[in-house]
Amino acid sequence: MSNKKESSKKLKGSEIVLKALQDQGVDVVFGYPGGAVLPIYDTFFGQNSIRHVLVRQEAGAIHAAEGYARSSGKVGVVLVTSGPGATNVVTGLTDALMDSIPIICLTGQVPSHLIGSDAFQECDTTGITRPCTKHNYLVKDVNKLSEVIHEAFEIAKNGRPGPVVIDIPKDIQFAEGSYSSPDPSKIKPHRLYSNKNKIDESKIDQIINEIISSKKPIFYIGGGCINSGKKASELVREFVDLTGFPVTMTLMGLGVIPAGNTQSLGMLGMHGMYEANMAMYDCDLMINLGARFDDRVTGRLDSFSPNSKKIHIDIDKSSINKNVDVDIPIVGDVGNIVEQILKIWKEKKYKKNKEDISNWWKKIEEWKKIDCLNYQQSDEIIKPQFAIERLYELTKNQDTIITTEVGQHQMWAAQFYKFEKPNKWLTSGGLGTMGYGFPAAIGAQVANPNSLVIDIAGESSILMNIQELSTAVQSRLPVKIFILNNEYMGMVRQWQELLHNGRYSESYMDSLPDFVELAKSFNAVGLRASKPNELDDVIKEMINTNKTVIADIVVDKEENCFPMIQSGSAHNEMVLNKDQKQDKKSAEKGRVLV
Amino acid sequence: MNNKSVYDSPNVTDKIEKHILTILVDNEPGVLARVVGMFSGRGYNIESLNVAEVSMNEHLSRVTIVTEGNKEIINQIRSQLMRIVPVHTVMDLTEQGDSVEAEVALIKIDASDENKKEVFRICDIYRARKIENENNTLIFEIAGTSERIDSFIKDISKINKIDIVRSGPVALSSKIEEEE
Repeated sequence: MSNKKESSKKLKGSEIVLKALQDQGVDVVFGYPGGAVLPIYDTFFGQNSIRHVLVRQEAGAIHAAEGYARSSGKVGVVLVTSGPGATNVVTGLTDALMDSIPIICLTGQVPSHLIGSDAFQECDTTGITRPCTKHNYLVKDVNKLSEVIHEAFEIAKNGRPGPVVIDIPKDIQFAEGSYSSPDPSKIKPHRLYSNKNKIDESKIDQIINEIISSKKPIFYIGGGCINSGKKASELVREFVDLTGFPVTMTLMGLGVIPAGNTQSLGMLGMHGMYEANMAMYDCDLMINLGARFDDRVTGRLDSFSPNSKKIHIDIDKSSINKNVDVDIPIVGDVGNIVEQILKIWKEKKYKKNKEDISNWWKKIEEWKKIDCLNYQQSDEIIKPQFAIERLYELTKNQDTIITTEVGQHQMWAAQFYKFEKPNKWLTSGGLGTMGYGFPAAIGAQVANPNSLVIDIAGESSILMNIQELSTAVQSRLPVKIFILNNEYMGMVRQWQELLHNGRYSESYMDSLPDFVELAKSFNAVGLRASKPNELDDVIKEMINTNKTVIADIVVDKEENCFPMIQSGSAHNEMVLNKDQKQDKKSAEKGRVLV
Repeated sequence: MNNKSVYDSPNVTDKIEKHILTILVDNEPGVLARVVGMFSGRGYNIESLNVAEVSMNEHLSRVTIVTEGNKEIINQIRSQLMRIVPVHTVMDLTEQGDSVEAEVALIKIDASDENKKEVFRICDIYRARKIENENNTLIFEIAGTSERIDSFIKDISKINKIDIVRSGPVALSSKIEEEE
């Protein structure tokens, strides 16, 4: 310890935890107490610098921290006890790892001398969380505690962000030790990403030459542009504007380019826009900024964008050439790299002749005419797509953050809600965690007390973490839950309809709660719309109620989410409705895939 | 590209080869589990594994892993290893060439008075060193490339049943190390 002189006063481990969090600028912790973290909770008692949001189950704490982190750009912090406290956060840790969200998760552990004895509420936390964290620690020396916490924050937010677990035995929380202040320069560089942000000019010239000579280009933009910070999104917008190229975004990348931008083709992938997928298939130049060629995006790989040159900018080297071979790979922070490209573009006064790509735009306009999101409106029953369109219309003029659970409602939200800015759309993409959206909304509301935060949910997903209603009410968070209630696990039902001849095995839910009464019983507000003409009033009342609200929207039970690239198909084999059948060979192959 | 996607990979053309990777890591609890866990978790194969501290002052260990795969798989393994926080460098010595490798094996054989001479003759050829000799149970130590040890084992096991323990190869680049 180099800072012994600086802080001659010894602190208890639990006090070191609090001080380290304060010095890291943490203003809120999501947690749940228990035996092995009592000393830390005791230190939290009676202090006002860090708010503690008490959840109802640890899964809620970590998803809330994810929502907090994604909507604020800061690190989300979780505090849970040993054993079941730690195992309950495993799903959220995996979720944060897959979607690259910076999280610090402090877990209590049984006292050091009991480790390995199968003590009460003991589990091998570092062992269990090793594959689902970016890094983890078991702290065995109180004098190393502050350094570990400070290093953990740097690891969580540097490079490709991710979750970090710090397991702290109870005796370490009681023991006295010295504290050292944060000093990122003390961390050995190999433990953070050694960002090779500077790329050589010849590579930039190569990229610019590809841009100048391309006739059918497309930008393919992912969540990396959001993780890279607000400025990165602005730079990417400038880059897109400068070239005049069409842009498509992944589920994670929505909001980087405003949905209203004329160059935006919307989302691509399994339930993406027809024009976006066709353009990906047909393009001659693909510029991937911070996306990772996920299987939901690429469809069948052997016919993924067969005739294009591919440029891939990603901060994680392992994302490059993992699923798709690229021609020009660049490892680095996307904001930084784009800034360098723009600088040279301007210095050398490059210009893209927009005439070159006018035929390409004409072709795209033809694809747009298909109107792939078209659905049959009804006067009798609320179509889920209509519900989201109305929600968008009635909320677009205020600062709104949308979270979702996982399933059909998630895809409809991605298709029909128009995102104009980054950090306003929080959804579980990589892991696909049902139960994510509501606690994430709680975290987003904590970070953005003046924003309207809405969880677009399905009736099945919301029941996975419904206990957090109690958290929202206790913490006075006016989160809105907008349930598209079709009484089915909609996406499961859709796949069963398309792939298993309509054998709806266990995808129907009987004995659902009355969500209006459920809300009331938690001292929240419950609303319901069953007919299209009731919808607007319910949405308005939901927005205008300054309390936690559940709006139960009873929608068409058997509506399917289209367009769709069915498993085993390629981008140019999208189906637009259920009368269009996937070709037999692809269908057989696709059935065995996820 | 490798075949790790849920979709069929269009063109896996490179042939599968054995590679020796040498990984310099911080010697801290759990680091071996991180390295090994990455292999098992992502479905890669470890043919042999060797780990020991190489610098007490800096708390550094060197892990030597023999794995196999085509070029893309090996590249992916290297990139995935570099994501592990305590990993300093990863080198593919097979790709790099210019490296030396060595392995140690201990071999136990029961020799009778008749074949003892033949055992010693073979051991002499391979420069295997006798390290124990009790009641006609002989233990030899041999060091060298894995191929040489393979060949020694093949010859000596023709004489009688043997017990073997092998360390798996360790290897070192003969070039100056460069940072990944």
